[in-house]
Amino acid sequence: MDFELLQKVAMTRDEYDRLVNMLNREPNELEVGIVGALWSEHCGYKHSKPLFHHFPTEGETILTKTGEENAGAIDLGDGWCAVFKMESHNHPSAIEPYQGAATGVGGILRDIFAMGMRPIALLDSLRFGPLGDRNNKYLFNGVISGIGGYGNCVGVPTVGGEVQFDKSYSGNPLVNAMCVGIGRVENLLSASASGPGNPLLLVGADTGRDGIHGATFASVELDENAEEMRPAVQVGNPFLEKLLLEACVELAEEHNDWIVGLQDLGAAGLTSSAIEAASRAGTGIDIDVTLVPRREEKMTAYEVMLSESQERMLVIPKKEHLDDVIHLFRRWEIRADVIGSVTDDEHVTIREGKEVVARMPVTIPTDPPMYSPSTMRPSELDDLHNQDLSVIPDVKNAGIELLNLLGNSNITSRQMIYRQYDHQVLNNTVVLPGGDAAVLRIKGLKQGIAVTTDCNARLVALEPRVGSSIAVAEAARNIVATGSRPVAVTDCLNFGNPEKPSVAYQLEQAVLGISDACRKLGTPVVSGNASLYNETPVGQILPTPSIGMLGVSDSSEDSLTIVPNENNILILIGADLAQGIESLSGSEYATQKLGFTAGKPFIDLDYEVKVQKFILDAHKAELLTAAHDCSEGGVAVALAEMALAASLGLEAGQIDCGSRVDASLFGEAQSRFIIATDSQDSLSFLEKMLQDSDISFSVIGLAHGERFQLGPIDLSISEMREEYEEGLHRLLDS
Amino acid sequence: MKAAVVVFPGTWSDGDCTWALQNIGIDVRKVWHRESSFAKDELVVLPGGFSYGDYLRCGAIAQFSPVIEGVRSHAAKGGLVIGICNGFQILCESGLLPGALVRNKSLQFRCEDTYLIPGSNSPFTKNIKSNHALQIPISHGEGNYYADEQTLDLLEEQDRIAFQYSNSIGDVDQNSNPNGSSRNIAGIINDRGNVLGMMPHPERACEQLLGSEDGNQIWLSLLEEYL
Repeated sequence: MDFELLQKVAMTRDEYDRLVNMLNREPNELEVGIVGALWSEHCGYKHSKPLFHHFPTEGETILTKTGEENAGAIDLGDGWCAVFKMESHNHPSAIEPYQGAATGVGGILRDIFAMGMRPIALLDSLRFGPLGDRNNKYLFNGVISGIGGYGNCVGVPTVGGEVQFDKSYSGNPLVNAMCVGIGRVENLLSASASGPGNPLLLVGADTGRDGIHGATFASVELDENAEEMRPAVQVGNPFLEKLLLEACVELAEEHNDWIVGLQDLGAAGLTSSAIEAASRAGTGIDIDVTLVPRREEKMTAYEVMLSESQERMLVIPKKEHLDDVIHLFRRWEIRADVIGSVTDDEHVTIREGKEVVARMPVTIPTDPPMYSPSTMRPSELDDLHNQDLSVIPDVKNAGIELLNLLGNSNITSRQMIYRQYDHQVLNNTVVLPGGDAAVLRIKGLKQGIAVTTDCNARLVALEPRVGSSIAVAEAARNIVATGSRPVAVTDCLNFGNPEKPSVAYQLEQAVLGISDACRKLGTPVVSGNASLYNETPVGQILPTPSIGMLGVSDSSEDSLTIVPNENNILILIGADLAQGIESLSGSEYATQKLGFTAGKPFIDLDYEVKVQKFILDAHKAELLTAAHDCSEGGVAVALAEMALAASLGLEAGQIDCGSRVDASLFGEAQSRFIIATDSQDSLSFLEKMLQDSDISFSVIGLAHGERFQLGPIDLSISEMREEYEEGLHRLLDS
Repeated sequence: MKAAVVVFPGTWSDGDCTWALQNIGIDVRKVWHRESSFAKDELVVLPGGFSYGDYLRCGAIAQFSPVIEGVRSHAAKGGLVIGICNGFQILCESGLLPGALVRNKSLQFRCEDTYLIPGSNSPFTKNIKSNHALQIPISHGEGNYYADEQTLDLLEEQDRIAFQYSNSIGDVDQNSNPNGSSRNIAGIINDRGNVLGMMPHPERACEQLLGSEDGNQIWLSLLEEYL
């Protein structure tokens, strides 16, 4: 066997032997290509699937079986449902940031409208190396432009997301794109090629040589030769995607009975799309590559089957409605070509005209070997946990420290990013970017949806299981702060090379941690993605299990924002203000002071559930005017963000900061919110509710005036605004 | 008065325009770009979006669609036409309005609130009841209005600047200009006053829930004129 070929598809010798055994013969080049793509880490989930059984996946409102469809579906009531999913496009973005990010957005949109649902929101969870480095700046600018360039053109609002910086992401950015769609439950489509004799219809763009081996490329480390893999980056056409979106949604909403299945073409192109659809239905497929419309000459069968040309969908119409379906796509000025048919032989058969050029049982490519590598807890974790944080002298000038944090790349305003994204098209965005979560109303319904992404990777690195639980809890807190109920989770597991025991440990513990939190919070994992091998010769990324969370608002028009009104009383919920040194564990502040991240992350999930329930009860009782969750930068930063959003100062000079002022102001202990209320009467009610629930709290002060006075901090709003708004600009201009 | 909202391949504000107009009580029909006739009393709306992907130049391809002939003859007969964002770009490319929309001075797409001071010389603005600047969002990468000095002077003399960018208290200056448009121009009308082009999106400022209702003032001004 040609070992160069095996390397091109990143298939190991053992995997090749397994294939030969299953086939009972040697495979030809095309067959190796097909199986190599589907057995790649990106498509096959070889190192992650064995862990997925830990995830809680069921719930009253969950309509789909996790992993069986393109995205998870949630029942919203009144006959409506929401579908959502997050996917990574990390490796392409490292090489060609604009197109890598753009096609990431394109891919996740297709996963949603392949289910017949209309995409109504996009979010992006991003990671980059420090912006002082020129290459990281280039990647940052490219990715931001790419997301906007694609999302804005398609006309789906980008309403949220996050961006975090750490040197471990230098040269290995993370681009996780999330999409949410809604529609009527009866219009939900399946990606299943059922009904032998039904035609396979390829619609959308012509097929070219772009993106060949994209799935493989996403499954290996990035080395010095990575730049040469640029042809493996796909190129997007958002205009065509918009037409495809409208055609597919029309098909689902008005002519559901014309088709049996709809599947998007993503990683490994036609190969994965057709084979996965057949596998779901228990059927076979027969494809003639000469019928596939091409944009380049002399393409081989291999190239046609593995091309990752974008903006293509596979439609499986009922035989008797083929002409109706073709006519619908033509009306939207999209080409549609019959390229084969569904069979009952449970095989995948690829032809070039009359000649069969590849043939095997569908079960082979969909049955990759699963690996459960040995895990080993990284030795440095215990030392980091035991780091004596009191080597950091308590703060001398808290005001200066707050200003530093407000200008810190992980905290500073992201407005200069999200104002490049259309976040209002479709007239549904009720809570705009800039707060904890976005809220979208659904026209004609009282209920709406809240959406967010979150993951503090530094905490996951310090303690993978607890850190991952914290990521889920934070995402839920973001949702709760808008007055919405967390309902379900999608995830994007971004890790290094899983063949290394320390990474395998991180991955396993992360899945356990996510499961722990999802179980307690009642938010099953309904869809997800894994991106492994995120390493460069310099090192591996922080373990980053990005959490995408969907919440339901019972009344979207009554949503909360982080903006308090003049003279509102601000209260810290979940803890006393005075904190001990351990509150600095894993914090942005301590990391700045020590030069590295240390401490032991901690969360009490039962307490977290109690605090979140309190917020929702208080909101239902109309006692709150604003709410904001505490995260990076602690209480001081959360209060500062509220003050800046409202253009109001803070009168809280007399608060008790305990024996460690820095831990109280900048510590990042979990399960805390800042809430605002408008009267002493409301405050009394809230205090009673808190005491009855045994939840700690501290009254902070009034939102008022032009100065921000919090214990020893005394700053003007304008000097704070200067740091907060200029943060990213300064780094990009440096 | 009824409204006809034109849909090109790539348009996406048609839904929002339909929603905003129907909320005010105006009947709306959608017109696919291959059709080409309008009734006398119809307000023709060219909505925002990326018609033809904004390929070549924004609106450059849409101007050749069959529907533009219908828009031209409708306008020639005195019918009302409003072009919003990409619609404004299409009106300029088709020659129905003077000048051009070029890349934002910041070279970036901008989605944010703006404040607009309306002119008083067209049915779209003369009955606007607000005594404060209108809060209406923009969402564009190519909204920088450009015309030569002669044209700009003419627009001013003939009172054809329909909207100017200002700040929340009505100051028209560089700080309140989000994209570099000449003379802070956010919208203009033709010499007859029946064709308006504007970059901001009034259909997005249609409910307080979404941030502002000020966009409705335009439709209300028209209704008052024609009822």
